[in-house]
Amino acid sequence: MLNQLNPGLIFLSAFLVNNILLIKFIALCSFFGLSSSFSASLGMGLAVVFVMVMSSSVSWAVYHFLLVPLHLEYLRTTTFILTIASLVQFEEIIIRKKAPALYRALGIYLPLITTNCAILAAAFLGIDYQFNFLQNVVYSLGVSGGYCLAILLFAGLRERVSSAPVPSSFQGVPIAFITASLMSLAFLGFKGLFKL
Amino acid sequence: MKKLVNWQSFTAGFWKENPILTLMLGLCPLLAISGSVTDSIGMGAAFTFVLVGSNVIISAIRRLVPNQVRIPVFIIIIAAFVTITDYFLAAFIPGLKKNLGVFLPLIVVNCIVLGRAEAFASRNNVVNSLLDGLGMGAGFTIVIVLMAAIREALGNGTLGPLRLFGPHYNPFLIMILPPGAFLVLGFLIALKNSLSERGKKC
Repeated sequence: MLNQLNPGLIFLSAFLVNNILLIKFIALCSFFGLSSSFSASLGMGLAVVFVMVMSSSVSWAVYHFLLVPLHLEYLRTTTFILTIASLVQFEEIIIRKKAPALYRALGIYLPLITTNCAILAAAFLGIDYQFNFLQNVVYSLGVSGGYCLAILLFAGLRERVSSAPVPSSFQGVPIAFITASLMSLAFLGFKGLFKL
Repeated sequence: MKKLVNWQSFTAGFWKENPILTLMLGLCPLLAISGSVTDSIGMGAAFTFVLVGSNVIISAIRRLVPNQVRIPVFIIIIAAFVTITDYFLAAFIPGLKKNLGVFLPLIVVNCIVLGRAEAFASRNNVVNSLLDGLGMGAGFTIVIVLMAAIREALGNGTLGPLRLFGPHYNPFLIMILPPGAFLVLGFLIALKNSLSERGKKC
């Protein structure tokens, strides 16, 4: 089981081996929507790291200290999405007051994050794998780092592809999918890194 | 004048406003589940149920919900239907629930469901919203089953319980693995593009 591993391996597994975008297919809307611009990808990637670590820690606490003692596990989906939506609003207000420079960099990506399924998925998966709190933090760092890595690599590739002579029916979205397929193939190579 | 029952709201989801091929929404379950035909049919059914249920309820209460809080209200209604589906599958079809995994609760944040609630159900009557949910759900199911059929046939040589190419078929394994999903969808969209280009020339 994943929760028996040491923190370093949990991080590597989430970061490379089970990369959330290329292997697990979560949060693909933002992957294809934003990756045509490198700076937008960087902004979204950093916003995801920032929000995911906080929201999955808070969701973990809500689940283990509120829902489990009250036997309300069936409200998990509803509670998590409300927790994440209000947390994102809260973070937005705090960043705007305390760190205007950071707000200018991340500002427009924060509201988008509420519907980024990676955030919700990381919260669910942390519960499903039965992590303790520390493992959960390491796991969400790995997942969001993997998101950042994949979307930045992909944005770089798409900037190169956009100047290449592509057949007309493959221009735009189809060639992006083919590119993603080759990247995913490369990430599949990390499977041999260690045995679970 | 809006008609009480408008069949167009049912058929639009198939091709003209197909949620996946034209709008590029809801890609996550499409790519992740389409490795197997059986799971794809299950995903399509679960997805259609959530879409129809939330569309009907949202359309029924559309005049009661204040405009400022409509998005949170929609999300809670959708989450309720997702939870129903989740627990129903856990009780009656546990194998399917295990295969769908985290993608079942993730229907909550699927752009198609919230998009239809916002763009259609909050502005139309109950019957039309029901038809819209059915049509969009069917459009999604058609694409996911088609993709699963291609991937499973090439990658495993099977189609559900059928063996297609006899016992000596050497499977094209990459199609079942994650890269195959991107590859098949890329080629499908390129095919749709070249068909519509050809249509314009004539």
